[in-house]
Amino acid sequence: MTTETPTTVHERTTVPSKGPKRMRRATALEFVGALAVAAGAVIIARSTFGLESLLGLVIVGYLGFVATIALVEVIGLPHDEVSDLAGEESPAPALQAVPDMDESPDLPVRRRKIKGEDVAEYLVAAIGAIASAELIRVFLHMDSLVGVVIWGYVAFLGLFFVLARDRLSVEAAVDRVVSVFVWSVGLIVAATLVWMVSYVVVKGAKALSWTFFTQDLSKVGPLNSGGGAKHAIIGTIEQVAIATVAVIPIGILTAVYLHEINGRIAKPVRFIVDAMAGLPSIVAGLLIYTVWVSKYGYSGLAGAFALSILMLPTMTRASEEILRTVPDPLREGALALGAPQWRLVQRVVVPTALAGLVTASLLAIARAIGETAPLLLTAFGSTDTNYNVTHGPQSALPLFVWSLIRLPNTRQNDRAWTGALVLLILVFVLFASARYVSSRGRRRLEGRR
Amino acid sequence: MTSTVPGLESVAATDTNAASLRARNVSAWFGKRKVLERCTLDMDARRVTALIGPSGCGKSTFLRILNRMHEVIPGAQIAGKVVLDGVDIYGGELPATQVRMRIGMVFQKPNPFPSMSIYDNVLAGLKLARIPVSDKDALVEECLRRAGMWDEVKDRFKEGGMSLSGGQQQRLCIARSLAVRPRVLLMDEPCSALDPISTRVVEETIAELAPQITIVIVTHNMQQAARVSSQCAFFLVEEMGEPGRIVEVNETKKMFESPEDPRTLDYVTGRFG
Repeated sequence: MTTETPTTVHERTTVPSKGPKRMRRATALEFVGALAVAAGAVIIARSTFGLESLLGLVIVGYLGFVATIALVEVIGLPHDEVSDLAGEESPAPALQAVPDMDESPDLPVRRRKIKGEDVAEYLVAAIGAIASAELIRVFLHMDSLVGVVIWGYVAFLGLFFVLARDRLSVEAAVDRVVSVFVWSVGLIVAATLVWMVSYVVVKGAKALSWTFFTQDLSKVGPLNSGGGAKHAIIGTIEQVAIATVAVIPIGILTAVYLHEINGRIAKPVRFIVDAMAGLPSIVAGLLIYTVWVSKYGYSGLAGAFALSILMLPTMTRASEEILRTVPDPLREGALALGAPQWRLVQRVVVPTALAGLVTASLLAIARAIGETAPLLLTAFGSTDTNYNVTHGPQSALPLFVWSLIRLPNTRQNDRAWTGALVLLILVFVLFASARYVSSRGRRRLEGRR
Repeated sequence: MTSTVPGLESVAATDTNAASLRARNVSAWFGKRKVLERCTLDMDARRVTALIGPSGCGKSTFLRILNRMHEVIPGAQIAGKVVLDGVDIYGGELPATQVRMRIGMVFQKPNPFPSMSIYDNVLAGLKLARIPVSDKDALVEECLRRAGMWDEVKDRFKEGGMSLSGGQQQRLCIARSLAVRPRVLLMDEPCSALDPISTRVVEETIAELAPQITIVIVTHNMQQAARVSSQCAFFLVEEMGEPGRIVEVNETKKMFESPEDPRTLDYVTGRFG
């Protein structure tokens, strides 16, 4: 094995563009890395694939060593461009007139194109990372998949850094490692979302049918098929609609007070609104339970009250942020025309911020539509369709999901998943319309109609 | 409230509209910092008065005091009198909204209302003050003509105000100010955000408006002051931290050829500032 090292040193010294100091370090690392890969290959071959013969193990180790050295050499070979840039011996180009550009194709140059070496670098780092993870699994008897994946990931970043540093420079290597890290964090978040949504879609599609929207659960036994969430959908629509109608004007007017008038009590009001935003939702339910439900009984209206308490701070603070985006010169322009302040707010500030205010409302609705805790103590939930929002227990989609998923019965559980799917679709539609409205509003403010 | 805008019904009677504006011993503060001291200036009807001077000498503050826009800024205070045709605008007879309707203002950066079309931008002042108009189309055409942009926009009224170029936006703001029939028009460096061609068009607009209305213009550009104004006031902060004062008021021609104060001479010949 040791006979391999002088050869590599010799090969490397003939490369003109690399400084001697950096080269030595890289070669030593290569050697150590190759030894590690060889040892890893032996161990994996023995414990994972059950290879017991000594000759076989020696061959595996030797092959691993040679293959690693060869791969690193191939990656580390100086590329033409790189040697041009870093070459100390290459003479400075003589001054000349602008070269004839007609021959070069008139196409945009892709400076960040992924080249063959990059792919090889990723591949080597990935293979090395898998091997290291396997080693750690074998040595530490680590059986949890999460642990192995984390170890493999860390090993990947480390190997990738070493390879990139060897080929380019420390700065470029740090840059690449950080961008790989940031990419993977983004991927994890996106993957979580996709996984969650697809899980709900797959599970919820089972019981999804037309009757899910047209029937309730009042005449359906726990083991029967059919039935649906009509009662819950009606409850959700009625409760959220009442809460929205109550909250939007109060929220926008409070925001106007906070930002446009900014009166004496603006600071305490802002503080209270912020404190309300942190209120646990069950406390909102408890409050309504004490002051309303204990006197008038369970009802959808009580649920709407509890939802309003939760929506109000979201709506107010979001609206205030939106009003902040209206440029002050517009306010001055309106005042200079002789407008009283209330007309200025009504005719200039609110219309300019309209798209943002619609977005704020939709987001507040989306927040309230999935709340369960405050409804438990106020709307209570039911299996019958109750159109009357002012009297008697009423169901809602989150309550429907919550009550059915707890039952030891697949049919009921399937219904709960379908309820979750319908809820998800509702929220998605709200978010999509919020995005649409705000993008249209931005287009208009920029002068495109 | 609806009948107090003079001349709104008679489109032709524009040259009787102008009023004189007299500032007497005007001082101004932002919080505790005094920025203007005892400024006295007569701005006669149907004349263009230019306020010149280096940055930070209180020209814009003085201009904003003339239509009560100074007090919009938190912590702003003033002393002194500003008299519009015999009525002290700080005397309590007129509410601030009425003062601003009579003394219009055009700002440094064009600020058309993005939520309104070009047409509605011109009528914005009337809508904001809830003044009924009998013939909107005629009023819009007249104001856009006076602002020198009728031919450019007559086919695109319904487009948003932000779809115009910077110079057009500024002239739209001038048209918007004219629609409430102000008697005085204040302009706070109206061309500083515009290119030379738009600047020339706005200056031509000022020249056309000058016989009809009293104009007060703040400008950093001395050639512009020489071109558009008939009277100049030179503002100066003599020492760092002191309030700004009016050093000299004179006919524009004299101001640039033979100023009385040596500091004015230094400034207009470009020796400082």
